[in-house]
Amino acid sequence: MTTTTARGAVPARKAPRGAEGTASRGWRRNHGDLKVALFFIAPAMIGFIAFFLVPTLRGIYLSFTEYSILGDPEWIGAKNYEAIAKDPLFWNALAVTCQYVLINIALQTALALGLALLMQRVAKSTLIRGTLLLPYLMANVIAALLWFWLLDYQIGIVNYLIEGLGLPRVAFFGSEQWAIPTQALINTWRHMGYTALLIFAGLQAIPNHVYEVANLDGASPTQTFWKITMPLLRPVLVLVLIVTVIGSFQVFDTVAVTTQGGPVNASRVLQFYIYQRAFTESDFGYGSALAVILFVILALVAFIQMKFLRGNESDLD
Amino acid sequence: MSTSTPSRRSGEAAIQGSRAAVGSPIRRNRKPFNWRRAGAWALVIVAIAVSVLPFYWVLRTSLSTNNALAANATNLLPADFNLGAYKRVFGLQTAEEAVAEGGSGAQIDFWGYLRNSVLFSSITTAGAVFFSAMAAYAFARLRWRGRNAVFSLFLATMMVPPIFTALPNFLFIKNLGLLNTMLGLVLPYVFMTPFAIFFLRQFFLNMSREVEEAAMLDGAKHLRIFFQIVLPNAAAPIATLALLTFIGQWNEYFWPLLVGQDESVRVLTVGLGVFKSQSPQGAPDWSGLMAATLVSALPVLILFIAFGKKIVNSIGFSGIK
Repeated sequence: MTTTTARGAVPARKAPRGAEGTASRGWRRNHGDLKVALFFIAPAMIGFIAFFLVPTLRGIYLSFTEYSILGDPEWIGAKNYEAIAKDPLFWNALAVTCQYVLINIALQTALALGLALLMQRVAKSTLIRGTLLLPYLMANVIAALLWFWLLDYQIGIVNYLIEGLGLPRVAFFGSEQWAIPTQALINTWRHMGYTALLIFAGLQAIPNHVYEVANLDGASPTQTFWKITMPLLRPVLVLVLIVTVIGSFQVFDTVAVTTQGGPVNASRVLQFYIYQRAFTESDFGYGSALAVILFVILALVAFIQMKFLRGNESDLD
Repeated sequence: MSTSTPSRRSGEAAIQGSRAAVGSPIRRNRKPFNWRRAGAWALVIVAIAVSVLPFYWVLRTSLSTNNALAANATNLLPADFNLGAYKRVFGLQTAEEAVAEGGSGAQIDFWGYLRNSVLFSSITTAGAVFFSAMAAYAFARLRWRGRNAVFSLFLATMMVPPIFTALPNFLFIKNLGLLNTMLGLVLPYVFMTPFAIFFLRQFFLNMSREVEEAAMLDGAKHLRIFFQIVLPNAAAPIATLALLTFIGQWNEYFWPLLVGQDESVRVLTVGLGVFKSQSPQGAPDWSGLMAATLVSALPVLILFIAFGKKIVNSIGFSGIK
């Protein structure tokens, strides 16, 4: 059962090219579908223009203005960006966010890879996979509150367990040193099973005969893993990394619910800083400029990873 | 957990070697005890425990009395079993009772938040799935100039981080005078989501054209084909998409935080945040907070129990965009 679903999913990714090819031949005679197409696409087009395209352009425009929500935006050129370059809080937010992304992605990917291997080779039931997915289905707010309680300094169960091991209590949310690692751990907890399922789908796509050949050649399990599984899994891993890294950079919910950027500036991640500048301090121009920078960072990160991916795409064929 | 599957398989088949061992029948029978397999299962059990036990702890706390929590912090059963937390959440306690049990005494309109969450998630899901299906039909089954260019443009919006469009969208909704209205909350989501279009287009592309062409010959128009052939044939992926969209919307926090602060349109996620910050710094109303958390998670839990398999099987497809 597990294999059929996952195998079914993989061709679906590759199918469009082929399906489109055959489709276009039979469909030639209907060249003039434009009017019908406009009808079908109209609602989505309204949403696209009003809530994606225009806001994107407007966001870029606003980043060059001074705009407190009262009055009109006033064009000030690149002044916001100049100010940001000298803004210690921005650099702090960037450093804090990068720290979060690094801890979160490293932990989450390693754990998910392990879980995916377990899902493929030992724990094959859908029930188990579903159970591991459960945290992912919960809202960030719920995950945050749940751990806010479990990790409470005074009477949280985790601190009792830590004490039981003979270690000192940890102020998970209250100390500058722990605030970001704690946020990263919460996110890892929530995303671990989900990421594992993505990687698991990739594992299922590796044809069995590759393993059989390796076995005939007398490869050890460790060799098989490093020389076959990992290289063939790489395109999927890179895709998973793109999705999860981009998601991590936009951490907001858990921070907003628990530490509110504190203690001091320890967990003021980029998106929370943007939120504060724009909505708490009504500085929409500055907030927009920060958002543009976040956007550029994400695009760069995706671009770099995508380039890295392209070279490996044909590994399976 | 089914142990039958693993035991049928090879002995050596532990974390790293199951595939390799399939071809060697000599080892297949009676290994008295396989340490690697046992170790692998131990890891699986730890992972399951880490995923599930926190929820038990939430349940246990929500059934406890606040004042007894500190003294029984490690007791696995509820400390001084009591349904007061749930009464507090649903507004069945007077302020004095609530304060006596360690609540903040402030009223929260939980039923109102619940209603708002249901409205917000249902409206956006219904709209986004239906309109995205229409668009996906145009992208997959119709031929028109500029089709691929427009589709790429739609896809590109998946790359734009939500915070980036949230600022101008907030100003737009504010200019329309729709702050703190349900309409303002749902507008950005209701017309489409790029992911929904992408997801459904994949399925529409793979559907057979034969029935459709036969209907065409019979003189059926596109609207009829869409409603009578394409939609019914794609019922399964549409249901999956609706499920995923609903859960995503239910969990949405940032946009409702910006646009729906007012009590009358506040959704559960935002309400939970407010509830948490109402707790006085020294002694949070833990059992009340955990009861509220659990009740907020309940709809998703129910969907998960009912459709878990559908959700799990959709991940391999939906995740790799």
